[in-house]
Amino acid sequence: MAKHHISATLNGEPVEFLCSTRQTLLDVLRDELNLTGSKEGCASGDCGACSVMVDDRLVCSCLVLGAECDNKKIDSIEGMADGEKLHPLQTKFLEEAALQCGICTPGVLVAAKALLERNNNPTETEVRYWLAGNLCRCTGYDKIIRAVMSTAADMRENAK
Amino acid sequence: MSSEQKDYKWVGTRQIRPDGHDKVTGRAKFGSDFSLSGMIHGRVLRSPHAHAIIQSIDTSKAEALPGVKAVITSKDLKDQPSELKPAGEGMVNYRDMTRNVMAREKVLYDGHAVAAVAATTVEIAEAALELIDVKYEVLPHVVDVDAAMKDDAPILDDTMVPIGYETKGPTNIAKHVEFSLGDTGKGFEEADVVIERSYKTEAVHQGYIEPHAVVASVSEDGQAQIWCCTQGQFMVRTFVGQLLGMPTSSIRVTPSEIGGGFGGKTVVYLEPLATLLSSKVGKPVKMIMTREEVFRASGPTSGGSMDFKIGATKAGKITAVEATVRLLAGAFPGAPVAPACMCAVAPYDIANVHVQGFDVVVNRPKVAAYRAPGAPISAFGAESIVDELAKELGMDPLKIRKLNAAKKGTKAAYGPTFRDIGYEETVDRAMDHDHYKAPLGPNQGRGVASGFWFNIGGESSATVNINEDGTAVVISGNPDIGGSRASLAMMAAEELGIEYSDVRPIIGDTAAIGYNFLTGGSRVTFATGLAVVEAAKDAVRQLCERAAKIWEVDAEGVVWDNGHAKPASTNVGDFEPLSLAALAAQAPKTGGPICGHNAQNVQGAGPGFATHICDVEVDPETGGVTILRYTAVQDVGRAIHPSYVEGQIQGGAVQGIGWALNEEYIYNSKGTLDNPGFLDYRIPVASDLPMIEAVMVECPNDRHPYGVRGVGEVPIVPPMAAVANAIESATGVRMEALPMSPPRLLAALDSSNIKQAAE
Repeated sequence: MAKHHISATLNGEPVEFLCSTRQTLLDVLRDELNLTGSKEGCASGDCGACSVMVDDRLVCSCLVLGAECDNKKIDSIEGMADGEKLHPLQTKFLEEAALQCGICTPGVLVAAKALLERNNNPTETEVRYWLAGNLCRCTGYDKIIRAVMSTAADMRENAK
Repeated sequence: MSSEQKDYKWVGTRQIRPDGHDKVTGRAKFGSDFSLSGMIHGRVLRSPHAHAIIQSIDTSKAEALPGVKAVITSKDLKDQPSELKPAGEGMVNYRDMTRNVMAREKVLYDGHAVAAVAATTVEIAEAALELIDVKYEVLPHVVDVDAAMKDDAPILDDTMVPIGYETKGPTNIAKHVEFSLGDTGKGFEEADVVIERSYKTEAVHQGYIEPHAVVASVSEDGQAQIWCCTQGQFMVRTFVGQLLGMPTSSIRVTPSEIGGGFGGKTVVYLEPLATLLSSKVGKPVKMIMTREEVFRASGPTSGGSMDFKIGATKAGKITAVEATVRLLAGAFPGAPVAPACMCAVAPYDIANVHVQGFDVVVNRPKVAAYRAPGAPISAFGAESIVDELAKELGMDPLKIRKLNAAKKGTKAAYGPTFRDIGYEETVDRAMDHDHYKAPLGPNQGRGVASGFWFNIGGESSATVNINEDGTAVVISGNPDIGGSRASLAMMAAEELGIEYSDVRPIIGDTAAIGYNFLTGGSRVTFATGLAVVEAAKDAVRQLCERAAKIWEVDAEGVVWDNGHAKPASTNVGDFEPLSLAALAAQAPKTGGPICGHNAQNVQGAGPGFATHICDVEVDPETGGVTILRYTAVQDVGRAIHPSYVEGQIQGGAVQGIGWALNEEYIYNSKGTLDNPGFLDYRIPVASDLPMIEAVMVECPNDRHPYGVRGVGEVPIVPPMAAVANAIESATGVRMEALPMSPPRLLAALDSSNIKQAAE
């Protein structure tokens, strides 16, 4: 079967790719576009390691087909830092040791950024429920939750 | 307990980890992120049966499919003799290992590998699996440890010779172990109170988020390169070499970043298959497990059943403990039954102890190590019955632990006499903690439990290279699973007297550094850390020699102080101190490159103890348990990087909470796994948990230059009993089986209510 020719915007840049019907957006990012920052932990939408934004919606890229992405805006972990300048969440995760092995980190960061763009003053419970779809087996979540709350506080302070 | 606190510049501070930026930007390369040009893809055909004879395997249709490059079965792997061979800290039987990697006469569990295919695409490889025709004769199966020990149980391997166990006929009991101290008969006679209970735990998976992945490339001259996510690149080299009959020098293994392991990546599954496929095809072969394969065919740790008997005086002094621990090993022997027995009551000074254990094969995947292997299982029994004892005696559960606490000089039932240990201090700190005094509401309860883990040393090699500009590279050989590179670099910076940011720690492949035992046993910051410290001292010795050469004095006349060579005294001469950078710049003229090195089999690991406090609220309508508050106190020796030590404690505690409340392998009546995915095998998610307060007690290990003890494993030991004890405190119902999931707890609450109504 002929492949689909898709034109999209990826991390702010125009991108074109060919994909088969069964290839997920995660497959496309990793295997066609060589962006391996989004991880496959389950391929069933349970772990969140492949979290990306599609048209500003947080999705598991393993549950989106590449062929669905024509004319869409896709944002992955690779586009989170502004050139050499890390996003405040990335900096905070490093400062507060909010990662151990790091496999879930890209997905957690993408999801946390999506939260803070909607709500810059989340409660701990709101952060915990927002990130409930991002499994982390190393940290017990404590330092992740703290880093997200602390970034939110910094962002509010800077917005003053 | 804490010894003299020296002023360190780096040790004990919270530095940014050297691999951090790559991990927050998606740049870090994990197992499945690696690719080579010309690479093809491998997939594994797995058994749909729990137990069956393989009558025949016809691969001809699969081989004929366009795009298929090779198909392998156990016929392509030479058989191995059945003998125990030393490998790292334990023994392995390569006959079992080759059968686990690829089934031979029989399939022994749902998910057991039967054949593997390499093809130009994953899709073609998967289509080829469908074309492999395997004829099975299905046999009766057994997945329960107690059922497997019965005389009429289906036998997995009728040639198996048990160790330490007399049997008339074939058996599933692979091994029997015993540990004794004193005379338990006498101990129970001295007791005023004797309690007997039985407990059960389910098999649980390590649950690392990164599935196993490998790329193997074998060239025409037989040289193999393997890139994989593993806890031990040297382990992969040894095992692949043995299974495929390749000399060690022909295999070079490069570990990728590793996306969690917890013990589950201390063995090989895909690596020998990918290497064999690559050697047949002459192209690199990539293999990645699906999540379903991870659950069906890798890990998990044992489930078990246990009987405990404890006796104590009215005053609360424990006089005797007897325990029997039966652990399921999966399809091949190797349940962590010895450590389960040894750790069970190690926190306590008890004169009379007898603990025995059985290693039992069943039709499940062969167990792999999981964080303090065996200890959490037996501790669930031991720490539950100690709680019952406290209740029976009307004593505070921490006070009874303090009264019986093992201390320096206590002889443990498993053999050694403890040196400086911080167990009692963990109990004291828990007792003094706000948490222990906080009020509780309706349906709420509080539980405590303690835990022990040995920690290990082992073989480590490290190199510290001084660069021309006065910076340094630290090469070690242990995959960094949770921040160990930061700790190694901090210790090297401390020794060299240079900036932490000027030390670049890297993890060498098997050809770049001497042998290192794998990342496990909470050993890296301790043992490999010690090798790094010694290698840095070796570099410093060379730096001092260079200064002596420049000053034309004896090397003994030069000392190293804060990154500078200085005359040891005014008698040596009046010389301006030479910085490391100045000495590095002059190295070509003073003798060439400066490379510190150390390799040793590190001894003297300091045992780890922990005491946890857990508050729960139980919903009487649903049986659901909410963890309200959790405090984990642990003797960490000395925390080199406190944030990552806290992280180990928090992560271990939460894995234990998952084990306590939700996680279990669920087999159906056919012996196939019903929940091989994260939706149905439910590990804790962020919304399940409160913050986990990590309290670090620092009782330094006197056999490490910075006092390091292992910290990664002991935090998973106490949680199951801490949660069970808290549930008992909240409801009066004692849960004697894991997991304490809502349906099970609700059933227990209901039957307790019925019992109360009847009384």
